[in-house]
Amino acid sequence: MLTDLTLAEARDGLRARKFSAVELTDAYLAAIEAVNPKLNAYVLVTGEAARAQALAADAALARGDAGPLAGIPLAIKDLFCTQGVRTTAGSRILEPFIPPYESTVTANLLRDGAIFLGKANMDEFAMGSSNMTSAFGPVTSPWTRRGDNRALVPGGSSGGSAAAVSARIALGATATDTGGSIRQPASFCGITGIKPTYGRCSRWGVVAFASSLDQAGPVARNVEDAAILLRSMAGFDPKDSTSADLPVPDFAAACRRGVKGLRIGVPKEYRSEGMPAEIEALWQQGLGWLREAGAEIVDVSLPHTKYGLATYYIVAPAEASSNLARYDGVRFGARTAGEDLASLYENTRAEGFGAEVRRRVLIGTYVLSAGYYDAYYLKAQKVRALILKDFTDVFRTVDALVTPTAPSAAFAQGEKMDDPITMYLNDIFTVPANMSGIPGLSVPAGLDAQGLPLGLQVLGRPFDEETVFAVGAALERAAGFTALPGIRAGAGAGG
Amino acid sequence: MAYTIEGSTGPWEVVVGLEVHAQVISQSKLFSGAATAYGASPNSQVSFVDAAFPGMLPVPNREAIAQAVRTGLGLNAQINLVSRFDRKNYFYADLPQGYQISQFEHPIVGTGVVEIELADGSTKEVGITRLHLEQDAGKSVHDQHPTKSFIDLNRSGVALMEIVSEPDIRSPEEAGAYVKKLRSILRYLGTCDGNMEEGSLRADVNVSVRKAGEAYRTRCEVKNVNSVRFVMQAVEVEALRQIAVWEGGGEVQQETRLFDPNRGETRSMRSKEDAHDYRYFPDPDLLPVVLEQGWVDGLKAALPELPDAKQARFMAEYGLSRYDAGVLVAEQATALFFEGVAKGRDAKIAANWVTGDFFAAMNRTGRTIEDPPVSAAALGQLLDLMADSTINGKIAKEVFEAMVETGKGPAAIVDERGLRQVTDTGAIDAAVDAVIAANPEKVAEYRSGKDKLFGFFVGNVMKAMAGKGNPALVNAALKAKLG
Amino acid sequence: MSLDPATVRRIAKLARIRVDEAQVEALRTDLNSILGWIEQLNEVDVTGVEPLTGGTQMALRLREDVVSDGGIADAVLGNAPDRNGEFFAVPKVVE
Ligand SMILES: [Mg+2]
Ligand SMILES: [Zn+2]
Repeated sequence: MLTDLTLAEARDGLRARKFSAVELTDAYLAAIEAVNPKLNAYVLVTGEAARAQALAADAALARGDAGPLAGIPLAIKDLFCTQGVRTTAGSRILEPFIPPYESTVTANLLRDGAIFLGKANMDEFAMGSSNMTSAFGPVTSPWTRRGDNRALVPGGSSGGSAAAVSARIALGATATDTGGSIRQPASFCGITGIKPTYGRCSRWGVVAFASSLDQAGPVARNVEDAAILLRSMAGFDPKDSTSADLPVPDFAAACRRGVKGLRIGVPKEYRSEGMPAEIEALWQQGLGWLREAGAEIVDVSLPHTKYGLATYYIVAPAEASSNLARYDGVRFGARTAGEDLASLYENTRAEGFGAEVRRRVLIGTYVLSAGYYDAYYLKAQKVRALILKDFTDVFRTVDALVTPTAPSAAFAQGEKMDDPITMYLNDIFTVPANMSGIPGLSVPAGLDAQGLPLGLQVLGRPFDEETVFAVGAALERAAGFTALPGIRAGAGAGG
Repeated sequence: MAYTIEGSTGPWEVVVGLEVHAQVISQSKLFSGAATAYGASPNSQVSFVDAAFPGMLPVPNREAIAQAVRTGLGLNAQINLVSRFDRKNYFYADLPQGYQISQFEHPIVGTGVVEIELADGSTKEVGITRLHLEQDAGKSVHDQHPTKSFIDLNRSGVALMEIVSEPDIRSPEEAGAYVKKLRSILRYLGTCDGNMEEGSLRADVNVSVRKAGEAYRTRCEVKNVNSVRFVMQAVEVEALRQIAVWEGGGEVQQETRLFDPNRGETRSMRSKEDAHDYRYFPDPDLLPVVLEQGWVDGLKAALPELPDAKQARFMAEYGLSRYDAGVLVAEQATALFFEGVAKGRDAKIAANWVTGDFFAAMNRTGRTIEDPPVSAAALGQLLDLMADSTINGKIAKEVFEAMVETGKGPAAIVDERGLRQVTDTGAIDAAVDAVIAANPEKVAEYRSGKDKLFGFFVGNVMKAMAGKGNPALVNAALKAKLG
Repeated sequence: MSLDPATVRRIAKLARIRVDEAQVEALRTDLNSILGWIEQLNEVDVTGVEPLTGGTQMALRLREDVVSDGGIADAVLGNAPDRNGEFFAVPKVVE
């Protein structure tokens, strides 16, 4: 069926007029109608607009001036502002917000002819690793453990995007990654996701969580699809003064490069205590595949990696506490009345933000407050400098690093919810790339004993996504990952 | 004599430092492309960046940065080639982001110095601590609704320079002179229009008092004082208030106060208890501002001659007094006007005319130096008519008034009205003879030694000649005939 | 460093988030556990290390001083929970 095609296949089919963009879009809208009630991956489906976009794509295809993504139906993480289409960031406080502007990344996708099926669910303000913190209800993973029907989390914060792509109710999706929010859900859902280099995709129009860490990227069925999407999403944007003024390479071409002669580093510090043996085994297997494909495997050390997460939980909440100050019930979004302005602020923010957001805003406020700044924030920035230095040093001798994406497979909804730190540990392998700005990709490499997907992570030099794609694609070819989630388009009742 | 205030326990010294917020002259805002013009309809000069919409990002304005550097150069200050924008976090109705983008740890301009001149002719240096760039807030309107305040974000995001002085100021006069001098420099540089009524320049006045020889005592900050006169008043009334507190056995509390010009008093705005904790940190949306020395040098080379240099030149080149030169250079346009009049003429006479009749005419007509009642060229021609004895000084004043009134040139007015000076000695002798003949008693008195009466005879002869007599010839004729 | 209830209340006030008395203790526990875990950074020797600010080491880009935005009052006001003509409206602020 149409929803089984990869993005590259769908693109070629559309070009060859084997099917129309309207047919493809309708297939996805029908799949969403059937499957989304089980997953809650979309918080808003924009069927009418999608059909109109599909008609336009068909016209462009007929004229022969179609963009590279003409007719490709995507899900858009609800962190990206979409003009005239409600954008909530997964938060009650933005429930009524209709942006009068289009984010640069989504505008780039529209320019290239993409079709937007709707807005994908996510952890509130991208704060979470489970999609349990969304004000619009959790997302259920399309995957279940063998012989166990308990609902699992899709990972987070881009849980809706990952679940939609995995369940084949979107051909690809936009996502964002502040501490692992693209790579960890990609790993949990058995799909590919890449966080490009900081500055590769414009942050303009993306609701900010932690400005110095946030980076947009795609999640997709496979590495090549992710490469195709990233090429459209990326690019210099004068409206974001941290956007890199560099040409965007043909990432898909890089997927075909192979790894012969590449030096792949294996950071010894990523062997975290208590990491399941099957993840360790999969990692070794991945390294073996690369060696067979002609790469040289090198042991390296990133001595400050283990401090990445603690550093992250100072820097990200600090920036968030300031970035989220604008949600005050005055110019947009929800307002809860108060007898004066101060109580209007306090009521609006107490009711508008969920527990995790409140917790992080409070932590961030505390670490920046008078008397604590040096002990927390300044210290964290110095450790951050050391983390960057670790990477800079190893990338003098290796071309890429390969690690597990996450320390576990997906967990059940309600698990790991008691102690915030247990949840935070999900991002232990992904956070260092955000702290240092380097690109990171997660590719599905196998299943655990319970039949859940596990991803491997490829890290690369700043602005060298091409090598990251080359290594990711080599892992993908060797892994031959073909497993499918139980809940998906066309899988029949109950999935 | 140092300024002191006499209290019941003896004299008190006043210690003042100023934080001046100067709105940068630029077309667009510090971080957005919205316009900065004054007086637009509410929220019409607001971008989504200025209103802090989700996902909006600041992009700094090169010209605003150049203006800050020019100002730093004009204040003889150190230019920091690396500076940084920080966030100052607090909630306020007209602060959309919930933070102000400012510069805390690494300002763009470091220490400098401003020289002020006092009424007694003395000068004094006031140290500049720093100058940093920051965003202005919006405006709250409180008087249009019984239970609501209205928010206009037109000013939100406009570039400000905060110029912080050392606590070097010791009197209301010095405070006033400092603000005037700063405004003059800013206007010369073209970096701020200095319009205090429209709020383009506003001062926070930090005041404390102490006994001679003491360390600094607790200071209070009087916020947003918006005229030179109010700055001077605020210093005085706040110093008096603090002296009364100390002498009453109390203790001055560090706080922010508001100056009420109607009541001539300051009053508390917020107390120390809910003092802000601004949680400054580097703005993660912005990278460090890195300037190239060559770019700074280029800005420096293009600076205009500033008031201090111009004053020195006017003294040296035109032989003006320090005071006259100071008056003429306070505004660049005035200095330019003066030089237009003085070039190739007697500079002292030119200075007298510009600061005298011309300033008076400007005040009277409500015109400005940019749109003067008489052009510099026309005033120069008037001076030429005096110099070549076409008219005398008295007639010149009449001609000047006619120029103001009619806009005609001085030569035309002199011709039209027949104001040419009479140098015909026959006519002068006749007038002198007639006056002598008509006042025999005065002549006798004069001849018996009452020299002062000479002026009486001059006046009457001039009157008889309709003011047109050449004063030197009239004097000579009178001297000869009176004996 | 361990937070006391008064600090929790002060931080909440600074962040303008209403925290009911009943929530203070649970929040205090949560925040303390996070802060305690963060203290592992004390192990790291950062002597002489320049703090890293921002996500990239590029130079700041500046824009030219042209009016390119604004004139969109209706769009700016369009999402306001309380709009009064051309203004945003809030409960009266007493200065
Ligand atoms: Mg101040
Ligand atoms: Zn200021």
